[in-house]
Amino acid sequence: MENITDYYKSERAQDWRTEIRKSVKVKERTSMERTKMPEQEPTVRNKNSLEVNLGLVEKIALKEAQRCIDCPDPTCVKGCPVSIYIPKFIKKIEIGDFLGAATVLKETNTLPAVCGRVCPQEKQCEAQCFYTIKLNQPPVAIGYLERFAADYERNSGKTAIPEVAKPNGIKVASIGSGPASLAWSADMVKMGYDVTVFEALHEIGGVLKYGIPEFRLPNSIVDFEIDNLEKMGVKFVKNFVVGKTATIDDLRAKGFKAFFVGSGAGLPRFMNIPGENSIGIFSSNEYLTRVNLMGAAKEDHDTPVIIGKNVAVIGGGNTAMDSVRTAKRLGAERAMIIYRRSREEMPARLEEVHHAIDEEIEFLNLNNPVSYIADDKGRVQKMLVQKMELGEPDASGRRRPIPIEGSEYEIEVDEVVVAVGVSPNPLIPATVAGLETTKWGTIVVNDDLQSSVEDIFAGGDIVRGGATVILAMGDGRKAAAAMDKYITEKIKK
Amino acid sequence: MNKIVEKEQFSENVFKLVVEAPDVAVNRKAGHFVIIKLGEKGERIPLTIAGSDPERGTIDLVIQRVGVTSHKLTALNVGDTITDLVGPLGQATHIEKVGTVLAACGGVGTAPMLPIIEALKKAGNRIITVLAARTKELIILEDQMRQFSDEVIVMTDDGSYGTKGLVTKGMEDVINREKVDKSFVIGPAIMMKFAALTTKKYNIPTEASLNTIMVDGTGMCGACRITVGGKTKFVCVDGPEFDAHQVNFDEMLMRLGAYKDEEVRAFEAYLNN
Repeated sequence: MENITDYYKSERAQDWRTEIRKSVKVKERTSMERTKMPEQEPTVRNKNSLEVNLGLVEKIALKEAQRCIDCPDPTCVKGCPVSIYIPKFIKKIEIGDFLGAATVLKETNTLPAVCGRVCPQEKQCEAQCFYTIKLNQPPVAIGYLERFAADYERNSGKTAIPEVAKPNGIKVASIGSGPASLAWSADMVKMGYDVTVFEALHEIGGVLKYGIPEFRLPNSIVDFEIDNLEKMGVKFVKNFVVGKTATIDDLRAKGFKAFFVGSGAGLPRFMNIPGENSIGIFSSNEYLTRVNLMGAAKEDHDTPVIIGKNVAVIGGGNTAMDSVRTAKRLGAERAMIIYRRSREEMPARLEEVHHAIDEEIEFLNLNNPVSYIADDKGRVQKMLVQKMELGEPDASGRRRPIPIEGSEYEIEVDEVVVAVGVSPNPLIPATVAGLETTKWGTIVVNDDLQSSVEDIFAGGDIVRGGATVILAMGDGRKAAAAMDKYITEKIKK
Repeated sequence: MNKIVEKEQFSENVFKLVVEAPDVAVNRKAGHFVIIKLGEKGERIPLTIAGSDPERGTIDLVIQRVGVTSHKLTALNVGDTITDLVGPLGQATHIEKVGTVLAACGGVGTAPMLPIIEALKKAGNRIITVLAARTKELIILEDQMRQFSDEVIVMTDDGSYGTKGLVTKGMEDVINREKVDKSFVIGPAIMMKFAALTTKKYNIPTEASLNTIMVDGTGMCGACRITVGGKTKFVCVDGPEFDAHQVNFDEMLMRLGAYKDEEVRAFEAYLNN
C-alpha cells in the first residue's frame, strides 16, 4: 500500500464519501447524542446465559454513524491495534451499505463480530475519537457499529469469503487456535499458504471458547468465523498437543516450513495461601472451562461443576468479572468480587464492571484473602479476609495495596474462584531446543515477532503474558506478514 | 475420532481396549497418559497408556468401570470410536538402572505399571512385582507382568489367590529379605498412601503415579493440583509420577471426592436411561 495518509486522503475524496459528508452539517452531527446499547434487563439476564448486549437496530446504527464527522486525520484508526479503516466502514453504514461496511472491517480484522463485542474500545479507538480528544463528549460508538456491521453480514446469509491467492504449496502451522492464531491463519491462507492450525483441546477457538462466557460472546459467533476460515482453506486439527503428540521437529520432517506459536497464557496462578486446595476452590480457568467449554451447568452434559450459594471471586480483571457473573447466573445468592485495590485500579473493562454492578454483584474492594477454612469433608466453608489500604504507586503505575494489621475478618463461602492472572503455557518453550524465553516464561521475539529459532514466530499471550483478544490478533497479522517475508527470502528462492 | 480395534474383559469391571492413535503410539513413553471424551456432551477423563504398537498405530487402555464415563467407554465395542483422544500427556517415567526395583500394584494400577517395568527391565534392573487386589478375579495382566519381572508375588485380601494379605505385607516380605534400591507404587490413592509409608520406613526412594480429577490435562485448569513437599503441583504437567514420600495423600483423597454426590446422582441417572 502507498503512504497510508495519502491513501486515507484519496479514499476520503471519493464522491460517495464527499457526498455523504456534506449531506449533514458538522454542527448537526456533533449535537446528536451517543446511542445506548440495548441490553437485557439486569435481573432477568443474571438468571440466563443469553447475550447481555442486544446490538443496534438498523435505524439506530444509521443515526450513530451520522455522528462520525469523517475527520481528515482519523485519529481513531491509530487507537486500533489492527488499524481498521474506521471512518470508511462507518460512512458505509451511513449510506446504508452494511455489507460494504463489513467488507471494510474484514480487510484488516478477521473477527469483527468478536472484536465488536470484547474489545476495550474505550481504551483504544474510542479513546482517540475526535469527540473524546477535542470536544470532550462521548465518542462515536465505534464498537457498537463494528458489531452491527459484522452481525448484519452474518445474518444476511451473504457473507463474502475473502479471496485467496493461488496455493503455493508451502506448509505452515500454528500452535493453538485462539485469536492470535486465527488472525494469523486468515492472512497466511489469503497469501496462498497451506495452513494447518493445531489445537490441544477438542474445540477450536482457544480462550474465545473456554474463557469468554456465552453471555458476552456466544460460541455460535466464533464457530461462524471458524467455518469461514475453513472455507478459505485453513485446516484445523483438534486434540493435538504440539510438543507431545508430535514435536516441532516431527512437523518439520513432515514438510512444515514455519510455525506461529499462539499457545496463550494457559497456566493459572494461585495465591499459595493456606487452605487453597480445599474442595470448591477453582482457578478461573477451571471454573470457566467447566461451564463454557464442557457445558457443566447443563443437565445433559457429563462434566460436573459445584454450584455455590456464596461465591467469592478473587481478582479485578475481565476474567474475574466473567467468573462472578457466571456464578450469579448459576444461582449464587451472594456473588462477590474480592479485590485488593480499589475500583479505580481495576483492570476490567468499565462496561463489564457496570454490567456486574447492575446484576447485583457485590464488590468487596480493598480486601484480600489470607486463608481458607474447610469443613470435615475438605469443602471450603469460610475465608479469612484482610482489609487493605492504598500506598504509593508501584511498578505497574497503580497504587500499591498495603494490608491493614488486625483487620482480618471471616466471610462464609462455599465456592471460590481464583482469578489473579495466568502465566504463559510452558509446553512449547519446554520442548523446543534453543527457544529463548524470559524469566516469566514468555517467548522472546524481535520486532517481526520472530523467536530465537528462525522458523518459529510467536504472538499473543505467550509473548505478552496476558493481554487482550485484539492485541493477540494484531500480533497474528504482524507475524503472518513477517513469516511471509522470511519464507520468501529463505525458501522461495 | 479414534477407532477401537480390540476389546478384552479382564474381570467383571475391568476391560482393555486397543485404540487407533498413530501419533500417540509412536511418541508415548512409560508413564504417559491420554485424555478421552465421549460424545459432544461427554466429560474429559485421563487414562494411563498401558502399552502401544507403533507399527499398527494403536495404544492399549485399561479401564475400570466406576462412573458414567467409564461405563459408557467399556460399553463400546470393536469398530466403535472414541470421539476425542489426546496425548501422550504428562512427564515420562525417569528410567535408569538402579539395581533392584520393587513394583507394587493395587488392582487396576497394574496396567500403568506394565510399561514402567518393561522400560525398567530393559534398562537392566531386577524387577520384583507385587500384584495385589481384593480377590482373585481382580488380579489382571499377570502373564504380561511376569514377562518383565524377575519375580511376581500375588497378594489378595481374601486369600483367594496367592498369599492372603495386603500389598504392604507383600512389599515388606521382600524388603526384609533383600536390598531394594527403588520402589514404584500404583493403585488406588489409599493403597499408595500405605505403600509409601511402608517404603518410607525403610528409606527406599519411591515413586507413585497419581490419577486425579482432570479437565484439560495440559496445565490449564489446575483441577488436578496436589501438594508435594509442601508445594502445589499439577499432576497433568508436573506428573503423573511424584516422590511418594512427599505427596500429601490425605489431601489427594479428599480432592478425589470433590464431586462424589454429583457422581452418584449422574450414575443413577445413567442407569435409569
